[in-house]
Amino acid sequence: MSVPVRAAVLTVAFLLVVGLGVFVGYYYIGSATTQLQTIHYTASGGQVNVMLQEDPQNDSATTPDWVTYYTQDPTTKQWVHTTLFSVPANTKVNVTIYGYDGCTPLRNNYWSQVQGVIGNTVTVQQFSKNNTPLGPAQPESFINSWSACNVGHTFAIPELGLYVPVASPNANDSVNNLCGSSPCTPTSGGAYSLETFSFMSPSQTGSYRWQCLVPCGGGFLNGNGGPMQTLGWMAGFMDVVSS
Amino acid sequence: MSSAAETPTAGADAPGRREPAHGWRLFAAWLVLALAADLLIWFLLYPHLPPGDMSSSAKHQQFDIAVLMISGAPVIIAVWLYFGYAIVVWRARPGDDSDGPPIYGHTGVQATWIIGTSAIVLFLAVFGTVELVGPAGAGAGEGPSPIWKLAGHQSATWTPGTNDMLQVQVIGQQWTWSYRYPQFGGMESTQLYLPIDTPVTFHVTSLDVIHSFWAYQLGVKADANPAVDNVAYTTPKQLGTFVVRCNELCGIWHGAMFNNGQVVSQSAFAAWASGVQAQEKANGVLALLPPFALTYDPTVIPQLGKALVNIVGITGAPGYYYGPANPVTP
Repeated sequence: MSVPVRAAVLTVAFLLVVGLGVFVGYYYIGSATTQLQTIHYTASGGQVNVMLQEDPQNDSATTPDWVTYYTQDPTTKQWVHTTLFSVPANTKVNVTIYGYDGCTPLRNNYWSQVQGVIGNTVTVQQFSKNNTPLGPAQPESFINSWSACNVGHTFAIPELGLYVPVASPNANDSVNNLCGSSPCTPTSGGAYSLETFSFMSPSQTGSYRWQCLVPCGGGFLNGNGGPMQTLGWMAGFMDVVSS
Repeated sequence: MSSAAETPTAGADAPGRREPAHGWRLFAAWLVLALAADLLIWFLLYPHLPPGDMSSSAKHQQFDIAVLMISGAPVIIAVWLYFGYAIVVWRARPGDDSDGPPIYGHTGVQATWIIGTSAIVLFLAVFGTVELVGPAGAGAGEGPSPIWKLAGHQSATWTPGTNDMLQVQVIGQQWTWSYRYPQFGGMESTQLYLPIDTPVTFHVTSLDVIHSFWAYQLGVKADANPAVDNVAYTTPKQLGTFVVRCNELCGIWHGAMFNNGQVVSQSAFAAWASGVQAQEKANGVLALLPPFALTYDPTVIPQLGKALVNIVGITGAPGYYYGPANPVTP
């Protein structure tokens, strides 16, 4: 085999290997992040309203028993199975979280404390499975996950110092009365909590990771696997874009 | 290695031409280059070597890296110089198809090489040991029973202006850090503040998987293992900000598990720590936390008692809520 032929064979082989690597990287890594939809929230009057819910199950075909967050599309009002959303920079972000999942105590009860939100308080209102308020909305500076079964999940953006425990439905009312079909609605037959809080989005644009700090990967060793380790379930990104 | 005694004699075939003293040439060139390299490393590079000199342990590590470079540079230069010299001087000339001269062993060269490299290795072994023992573990985790302890006054409280050792507990959890200060009522914070010129003991632990506490600019790195108290020491020497990263692959957000710490004046630290303690006492957060301990069993909720936890089964950590009979591989 002549030198030019050998060089050509080697070049083709090299390009094939590189191309295979690029394809694998693009196919697996690229597709893993592009399948999720990003919900875009736009400001009105210097504020933006983000709507989330956390459910004890989901509507996927592959892992229907994983706990998950849903995000509401502000235009269609449909709940989308994604944890990616965007907000404008330097804007007051009003977050509403429907807590449809039951309780699991935190490993570190320090996260029971509300941190990084305006006023360092959240408001929590409990609803029965019949969608009846169980009392007025109460301001809370911490939701003690160790004194009783009070916390379902958390919403935390560590980079912003924002840590919010999300109340679970009233323990007595939620026994055997959790929403059974996702995405849940107030009238879908499950007890739920309604929690609201506000914070200022940073002036620095970029992607800010958020996550749940409750080990809520049911069925996985120590609760650390599954939805805790998968983007789009109990963790996501808040994209801060130019306002 | 070679020397003048075993130098090939290419070029010596010219009648009357004297073979140059290759060995001395090489030695002279090596001496100049090695000296220049070591001086450049010491005076120019050393002050900029990582991790800087923000703490006692970082300063020692910077010094150690400089000494290693200064020890290694002459060896590298010797090898490269010899290769370069051989390629240039002893290369085969065009049209010269003759065999090279035979190479013989040279006891002096062999002995010099063996003694020289042995001396360097032994020196580095002794130096490394001294530099590990002297700065009390050099900022590395020494496990729950450290052999080399940093000097400082052990006290249940911490007072500025004294030599009181500050105790800081570092708690790793997927995927964030928090810090407890036992000398301030066991208060907990997501911020790591340290007072300058104060001996600090880090007690590093985890509530779930293995993390690694890496305060880069402080030169402190210690694994955070669940149920293990991993002790590391340092003394901050400069005011400023440092980065804390997780240095152990710990899950999907490992790369995002970082925050910043600050070295502040002793009075500022005392004011901050006392302020957080008072605030957490007033708003009830201190009462939420378990009593300070060197490690924590996440299955135990002291406020409820283990029996109740077992009955109700309300904690995630080693499987009461997510039973050990039902783990699956993610």
